[in-house]
Amino acid sequence: MTSSTKAEAFALRRRPPLEKLIDNGFRQSTILMAAMVAFILLAIFATVFLGAREAISTFGLKFLTTSAWDPVNERYGAFTAIYGTLVSSLLALLLAVPLGIGTAIFITEDLLPIRLRDLIGMMVELLAAIPSVVLGLWAIFVMEPAIRPALGFLHDTLGWLPFFSTVPQGPGMAPAILILVVMILPIITAISRDALNQVPIELRQGAYGIGTTRWGAIFNIILPAAISAITGGVMLALGRAMGETMAVTMIIGNALNFNLSLLAPGNTISSMLANQFGEADGIQVSALMYAALILMLLTFVVNILAQWVVRRLSLRY
Amino acid sequence: MAFPAANPVTQSVSGFKRGTLFFKSSLPRNRFNVLFNGIAGVFATIAVLPLFLVLAYVLFKGGSLLRPGLFTQLPPAPGLSGGGIGNAILGTLLVTLLASLIAIPVGVGGGIYLAEYSRKGWFAQFVRFGNDVLAGVPSIISGVFVYGAIVATRVFFNQSYSALAGGIALAVLMLPTVIKTTDEGLRLVSNDLRLGAYGVGASRFVTITRITLPAALTPIATGMVLAIARAAGETAPLIFTALFSPFWPEGVFNPIATMSVLIFNFAIMPYEAQNQLAWAASFVLVMMILLANLVARRIAARSKT
Repeated sequence: MTSSTKAEAFALRRRPPLEKLIDNGFRQSTILMAAMVAFILLAIFATVFLGAREAISTFGLKFLTTSAWDPVNERYGAFTAIYGTLVSSLLALLLAVPLGIGTAIFITEDLLPIRLRDLIGMMVELLAAIPSVVLGLWAIFVMEPAIRPALGFLHDTLGWLPFFSTVPQGPGMAPAILILVVMILPIITAISRDALNQVPIELRQGAYGIGTTRWGAIFNIILPAAISAITGGVMLALGRAMGETMAVTMIIGNALNFNLSLLAPGNTISSMLANQFGEADGIQVSALMYAALILMLLTFVVNILAQWVVRRLSLRY
Repeated sequence: MAFPAANPVTQSVSGFKRGTLFFKSSLPRNRFNVLFNGIAGVFATIAVLPLFLVLAYVLFKGGSLLRPGLFTQLPPAPGLSGGGIGNAILGTLLVTLLASLIAIPVGVGGGIYLAEYSRKGWFAQFVRFGNDVLAGVPSIISGVFVYGAIVATRVFFNQSYSALAGGIALAVLMLPTVIKTTDEGLRLVSNDLRLGAYGVGASRFVTITRITLPAALTPIATGMVLAIARAAGETAPLIFTALFSPFWPEGVFNPIATMSVLIFNFAIMPYEAQNQLAWAASFVLVMMILLANLVARRIAARSKT
């Protein structure tokens, strides 16, 4: 090699204008795409709010507390749907939390060979991949007829309680709650599993070192250490349960009148939207938009709380 | 844990009663332990039971209806039997493709911005927060949004319900997943690679497109496949955006049939033939989604070794 080529190789290269242009243009376009998230979020809020404006000015806050849904006289109140959303998601959570955390503990402890544990974990994740509408189909034709005798027994023995006061006759709140449990179980299990796996091994070794049993360690050391992430996962599952639409719509019965009984048909905000939005016109569209706005705010608050809980409750170890 | 039985001392070893050092299954805490082992096992069984039951019914009820006409014929009129779900299969593929064409470029671009240009800036933090909020928005709200913004305003050639509107509604749901997986995938790429690329004189654009994106391809591809599979099964955003059509797809500006909406519509009809088609469509849809999930798993597993 001659010295002139060497000098050329080490000479500083000026960035050609085209390269600068491409670099800058690429950067600007990624900023634009990142901004799309904020834009879409704002657009969703704006569209739903503008659509709901007419209903908000007509019905005001009474919309939340009245249960009339009367397209003929144009009187609307979403209490039945809001109550159904809250009750179905909270009761589903009540059932799914012990099941999900129990499953997560079972597949993070060394009770089974690791291959079997991974298999169980994988199957729970595949359950999350099954579309909601297929679960709804299964619920209509398989689950609901199968559990009807059990619900009938519940009515026969506890029928004096207002919650079980009606005879189960097909679609209703109780089957909807059960299908919601199936839908949110994978979320709780997956997040609890990750949280339990991240607890430092030293904590467990220390607990066993001072002579505790497996479940002594789980209840006193491991669960408290993982509680923040688990709580966050549970809140995310709550948000998912409140917004879940198809399976619930297909099995809840879509009753427009209020009923305290869990065995009677009910309604949720999302199933009301799924059922009526296509055929609605005039102020009914606006009332449905108002209900959608309430659902958005509910899930928004729950999701923000979930993020806050994860940050606030996290133990330092 | 048993204490060595060869120890001849019977009364005490450094203050302990010897008996307490043996494992006694009758102790309350050990009984408690066995009880909870059992409870956790029962819970795990209950958790996997629905998967087996749902899959078994979909396989048997849907699989038994499988015949060539299912893929090539149109659904029958209500009350009539026979026919197929050919238009719905095509429609699901088309709407999901439209959604991917919108969500993947935008999502990958946004993810590149978050991971490569601004990891800690206020705008990046704000976008990440907004992304988490968007991920929590219920799927039906995305349908309501697209209905209000696109279907009711008739922005596309005065068409109301259209395949494109359905694709946009699905894209809104896919976007957060795509951004998150791109962001996290790119952040796993070692910084040495970037510095090496700058060192040999590559521009930022070349570094990202030739070095870091290929290095993060596996996690990003896994995320994309899962996002597409999820979108293919979504129903709520489509029922009043893409609507349904008993005919073959007529371009992206007309209503279109999809498998998920077909399942919903036909499941609640009081006709046996339609219910059967709903099961058949469930079979095809579940097979497609499970296949996509297994592919994603395979991609992810291959990179670990």
